[in-house]
Amino acid sequence: MKRPSMKQLAAAGALCLISAGALAQDLLIRNATVHTATAQGTLQGADVLVRNGRIAAIGRGLDGGNAPVLDAKGKPLTPALFAGINDIGAEEVSGESATVDSHLALGSGSKDMQVRPEFDVTTAYNPESVLIPVARVEGFGWTLLTATSTSGGSFIGGQGAPVRFDGSLDPFGPKVLFISLGADGANLTGGSRAGQWMILDQLVDEVRGRIAPDSQFALLTPAGRTTLAKYFGGGGRVAVGVHRASDIRRVLRWAKARNVRIALVGASEGWKVADEIAAAKVPVFVDTLANLPADFDQIGATLENAARMNQAGVDVGFAMGSDGSHYARKMRQLAGNAVSYGMPWEAALAGLTRVPAQAFGVGDQIGGIAVGRRADLALWSGDPLDVAQTASQLWLDGRAVPMKSRQTELRDRYLHRAESALPPAYSR
Amino acid sequence: MHKTTLAACAALVLAACATTPGKKPESAGPAAKPYSYIEDPYPSTYQRIPSAPVLLAGATVLDGTGKRLESADVLMLDGKIVAVGAKLEVPADAVRVDARGKWVTPGIIDVHSHLGVYPSPAASAHSDGNEMTSPVTAQVWAEHSIWPQDPGFAAALAGGITSLQILPGSANLIGGRGVTLKNVYSTTYQGMKFPGAPWGLKMACGENPKRVYGSRGGPSTRMGNIAGFRAAFADAAEYMKKRKGGQDSGKDGGGKRDLKMDSLAGAINGDIRVHNHCYRADEMAIMLDLAKEFGFKISAFHHGVEAYKIADRLGAEGVCGALWADWWGFKMESFDGIQENLLMVDRAPGGCAIVHSDSGEGIQRLNQEAAKVMANGRRIGIDTTPEHAIRWLTINAAKSMGIEKMTGSLEPGKMADVVVWNGNPFSSYARAEQVYIDGTRLYDRNDPKLQPRSDFMLGQDLMQGEAK
Repeated sequence: MKRPSMKQLAAAGALCLISAGALAQDLLIRNATVHTATAQGTLQGADVLVRNGRIAAIGRGLDGGNAPVLDAKGKPLTPALFAGINDIGAEEVSGESATVDSHLALGSGSKDMQVRPEFDVTTAYNPESVLIPVARVEGFGWTLLTATSTSGGSFIGGQGAPVRFDGSLDPFGPKVLFISLGADGANLTGGSRAGQWMILDQLVDEVRGRIAPDSQFALLTPAGRTTLAKYFGGGGRVAVGVHRASDIRRVLRWAKARNVRIALVGASEGWKVADEIAAAKVPVFVDTLANLPADFDQIGATLENAARMNQAGVDVGFAMGSDGSHYARKMRQLAGNAVSYGMPWEAALAGLTRVPAQAFGVGDQIGGIAVGRRADLALWSGDPLDVAQTASQLWLDGRAVPMKSRQTELRDRYLHRAESALPPAYSR
Repeated sequence: MHKTTLAACAALVLAACATTPGKKPESAGPAAKPYSYIEDPYPSTYQRIPSAPVLLAGATVLDGTGKRLESADVLMLDGKIVAVGAKLEVPADAVRVDARGKWVTPGIIDVHSHLGVYPSPAASAHSDGNEMTSPVTAQVWAEHSIWPQDPGFAAALAGGITSLQILPGSANLIGGRGVTLKNVYSTTYQGMKFPGAPWGLKMACGENPKRVYGSRGGPSTRMGNIAGFRAAFADAAEYMKKRKGGQDSGKDGGGKRDLKMDSLAGAINGDIRVHNHCYRADEMAIMLDLAKEFGFKISAFHHGVEAYKIADRLGAEGVCGALWADWWGFKMESFDGIQENLLMVDRAPGGCAIVHSDSGEGIQRLNQEAAKVMANGRRIGIDTTPEHAIRWLTINAAKSMGIEKMTGSLEPGKMADVVVWNGNPFSSYARAEQVYIDGTRLYDRNDPKLQPRSDFMLGQDLMQGEAK
């Protein structure tokens, strides 16, 4: 059976919503509770006008001309949400290695670490993955693809980038380098986290030419040297997975000394050093449900981590600690629980919108409802941070996305199975 | 012929012993000790902590039987629920809790937990949940692996968990016995052991056993899995026959005692509840046939991400589905997971849906998992009331564990296991404010003295504030 492409699906969905003949990317959403995720905050009973896929105006009583009109009936409208730091489109079934492209393990079975920062997971991205509609029907519009560290690979996982769930083959934002520090990365650096700093310094030496490319100590390919040179020169964001407070302090110090623009991912003990993180203006992506001392790097984990860091002035976003691809929809629960444990609601929404967009270099395009940005929007049955509510419509570039996924198809097949004498396989 | 005899025999036994809880060992000397498949040489030493009577006054009460009461009172005395309703006769020494604006539910029950056997932190030395030495290890008991200092018990308590079943993992076809605990910290697991709760028997279909044993003598296929189950239960049938035709007579039978066979015999007799990890609909159907073949009953399928495909049959056969709200895609057998799975099991005639965790994180917010199911139902026009949904995480779990006569609902005479919530529990913003176990407040969100911490957490933060 031939599957329709994402663009065909999107077009079909848009036609359902609006009258035939109108431009799909023009739209007037009337009477919404507009959570802009910008300095404008929340606007009650506001209209949002979309022209050519961009937000053209926000206000009351807007004139949409011939743009199709949708009455939001006061329901919340937000930017399309950030699905987290994961491998949507680069893994299909986690347990089936042939469907997983999120990590590189060239050194599998060897004792020598392969350092290949030039590894770019976005070149594995499949915009037709079934995970994408599953995330979209929950109001998520984009994600940050991550290259993960694994045994046989390196504590430098490689590069990823932001991708939008609009069927595009290529990322829409700059590349991000991923590094894993602390206990998670120690097994890749000779069994000690101290090895991470040793090898990072060695890599800096290599990038700066103090270790010759043909030296027996050289770890990088020419492409790897070029890649690291960019990030070590402050030319791109480096997302550092780290939990323990002391490791966080060291990486802040390292980044400052080397002029590296980092973001912290995980940071279960970030609250302990929140002032230092805030002073360094480093954004942090936390799993707010990770309150257990899951390992010895996270003894200080607490449900109040996000709230305390936000209070200290840190830009806090969210990212799931595990299984973030298939359960990307759980990101809303992370935000809601952060609110439950003291984070202001607007800050929690920012953690799903503005903070990741700005941290990963796409803040001028998405992450807020503002004139000129892409009309990537989500309409909700109620409070988008409450698991008791659901997304009722997602738009990307002003086009209504079909609210269908492989899961809704399965649901409908079996929900209505009694309606036919034929086996379920005959229902569409 | 063999099969028919067995089934008939087992049916008799089932009828005779269906609800017998774990028996205490008899007091006779070792030489003349009577024999039972479910004798317990490691008996519960749990004792409720004394408390004055407590009146929760003016709450919205979801009582676990399907009723919702507004502005209702709940009276607890001597560890039991005395009454739920208005204008109750209250003892003079009762502690009165103003619960106006709060919601009160039965204590939350998790039928599927690995707290203590896979504790936090995930130290390799504490990885005691799977006896991965043979595909059938019915002789091992999860309780003997429990580290009672798992900080996860405290976290679960803050989420309203008052009872939980600790199961072995799913590496083996038959992983061993599970045990039910009251969620009250103790130095020993016996001090947490739920008095009178039957054991569970953990069985696992599908990918896990064949993956673990595929290169170690098998099973390496699903057909190998089923053959492994059948061989084990055929052995058990023969074992029971040797012991007076399968009767658990309480008297010494002939032959050598076999701890593995004891567990299987206890399951066939209905004294040990079968909890079957099984994802795919077709595999659940095989297991239902297999259970008939050997005359045992499956209490609940756990995980069952495809339960929605056979929801009617599960309901008709009285088998519960202990399910996640929406886990999927982490392996092939979970690829067809949908967010309405639990809802569809619930709606089938006779359906018994349970929200379970299998997770140290999930167990802290089973209420939110239920909320997700409700929200997805609303999206397709199926509304679930809170008073109905609460059953998924209380009485239905209790039923599958065989403790429904003791806990799981707020009915007079039952254990006073109760949660006071800050509002409707089915929300991201819901928080348990007070948790009562056997009538005693053992968690209070506003009282640090009633927020237990395991030994492990002590002294971890002494350098806090000194780090420079």
